[in-house]
Amino acid sequence: MAEVLRISHLNAWYGESHILHGVDLVVNKGEVVTLLGRNGSGRTTTLKSVMGLVGRRAGSILVKGKETVSWPTHRIAHEGIGYCPEERAIFASLSVEENLLLPPRTGEGGMGVDEIYDMFPNLRERRKTAQGTKLSGGEQQMLAMARILRTGADLLLLDEITEGLAPVIVQALGRVIVKLKERGFTIVLVEQNFRFAAPLADRFYVMEHGKIAEAFPAAELQDKTQLLHEYLGV
Amino acid sequence: MTEIFGKPLPVIMGQLLIGLINGSFYALLSLGLAVIFGLLNIINFTHGAQYMMGAFAAYFLLNKLGLNYWWALVLAPLAVGATGVVIERLMLSRLYKLDHLYGLLLTFGIALVIQGAFRHEFGSAGLPYSIPALLEGGQNLGFMFLPNYRAWVIFASLVVCLGTWFVIERTKLGAYLRAATENPAMVQAFGINVPRMITLTYGFGVALAGLAGVMAAPIYQVNPLMGADTIIVVFAVVVIGGMGSIMGAVVTGFGLGVIEGLTKVFYPEASNTVIFVIMAIVLMIRPQGLFGSR
Repeated sequence: MAEVLRISHLNAWYGESHILHGVDLVVNKGEVVTLLGRNGSGRTTTLKSVMGLVGRRAGSILVKGKETVSWPTHRIAHEGIGYCPEERAIFASLSVEENLLLPPRTGEGGMGVDEIYDMFPNLRERRKTAQGTKLSGGEQQMLAMARILRTGADLLLLDEITEGLAPVIVQALGRVIVKLKERGFTIVLVEQNFRFAAPLADRFYVMEHGKIAEAFPAAELQDKTQLLHEYLGV
Repeated sequence: MTEIFGKPLPVIMGQLLIGLINGSFYALLSLGLAVIFGLLNIINFTHGAQYMMGAFAAYFLLNKLGLNYWWALVLAPLAVGATGVVIERLMLSRLYKLDHLYGLLLTFGIALVIQGAFRHEFGSAGLPYSIPALLEGGQNLGFMFLPNYRAWVIFASLVVCLGTWFVIERTKLGAYLRAATENPAMVQAFGINVPRMITLTYGFGVALAGLAGVMAAPIYQVNPLMGADTIIVVFAVVVIGGMGSIMGAVVTGFGLGVIEGLTKVFYPEASNTVIFVIMAIVLMIRPQGLFGSR
């Protein structure tokens, strides 16, 4: 299986604070990989480091075989990475449709706008809304995901997409992830909601104190339940 | 003769025209400031000096290279904009992580250096620049005489202002700009080279000042301090319109030019202060400015 992302000995800093202490992880083409862990364990920082959005990075981040650790953010995106941040980052000065159409193409074979609206019917209804931030939380989350699907990016980094959303919307997002996997997208999920991630992921990494503490495939999930309870405190 | 509130119509119309002319320059200059402030969050105090450089560029193009006004209209903004690109790359780009005050101090310092250098070289008497042959003369409208060049300035300024508004509010490029104003990191994560966009935006805002300078050259004299006087009023315009608001800059620029002109008719003593009085009132009632969002 082709490696889409290989992170080795990754260290990252925000100003003076050292957040990641040697992260190692691998994501293969077509996989859904979930990063579990408590708040502050370094999962969000790991995604941001891949995008070059932290203050300083050291170590190695291979994206499709290319060393990107010293690249500027905009160049990394053009390797075909779609990033959906935890805070969603919907633009208030752009309409819903402008938000959707904003990201430029970074690769071949992105989804069509109609196809995206079929996947997220709410967005079609509300596409003329003048301010992207006038959408509900769930709709904003869908928009934040939808906009990276038409760019042609095939590696999606999704940070806490279920946070603060109603159960019915969380279920809808789960169905979207399944569809995206069927279409061949490679997905890295950062999730707090273990029940959401459990049926979707092929493999799990558990982070603690800025390192990978545990890594196991979905098949071993049952055996690891007790361990996860300890790590996640759930 | 027709009178309005006891003032003869030609006098009112004459001041209205002067108000519109001044307003054209206020609008062009505050537009550039608004575009720069929106994306860079820097109050560009060099703007007045860059306006002056535009006028000087027109003067040199004519007298050293024999290139007329129409050439200057294109080349001077490009040249002045290029100096802006150099300033942004070499100096401003190092300040984005610091408090806004540093950008303000830097651009203020650059303005003093540029104005000082020009004054040392050319004195402060002012150099003549004549109206292009095509726009000499004027139209008799019956109630007043409208010089062609002044009509052209108002028209050209309106076109440039509305064109800029259109690009920013209605095009894809403008959407990038608006998005980067809100959240530059996210726009960069979409694969857009935001630092380059910032450089070009500063260059564009500065080029607008240069363009205003070229248009001003035949009306006011080409003088090293021409920008220093104008820019104070323009800052008031920007504050009244709302920092960073494009439409605010344009509407307030023209509007305040007209108000200033009419004040000259009805209460001449206040004509120099009326804009600042309005600024004080706006700051008390609506501190974010008439068109500002925050």
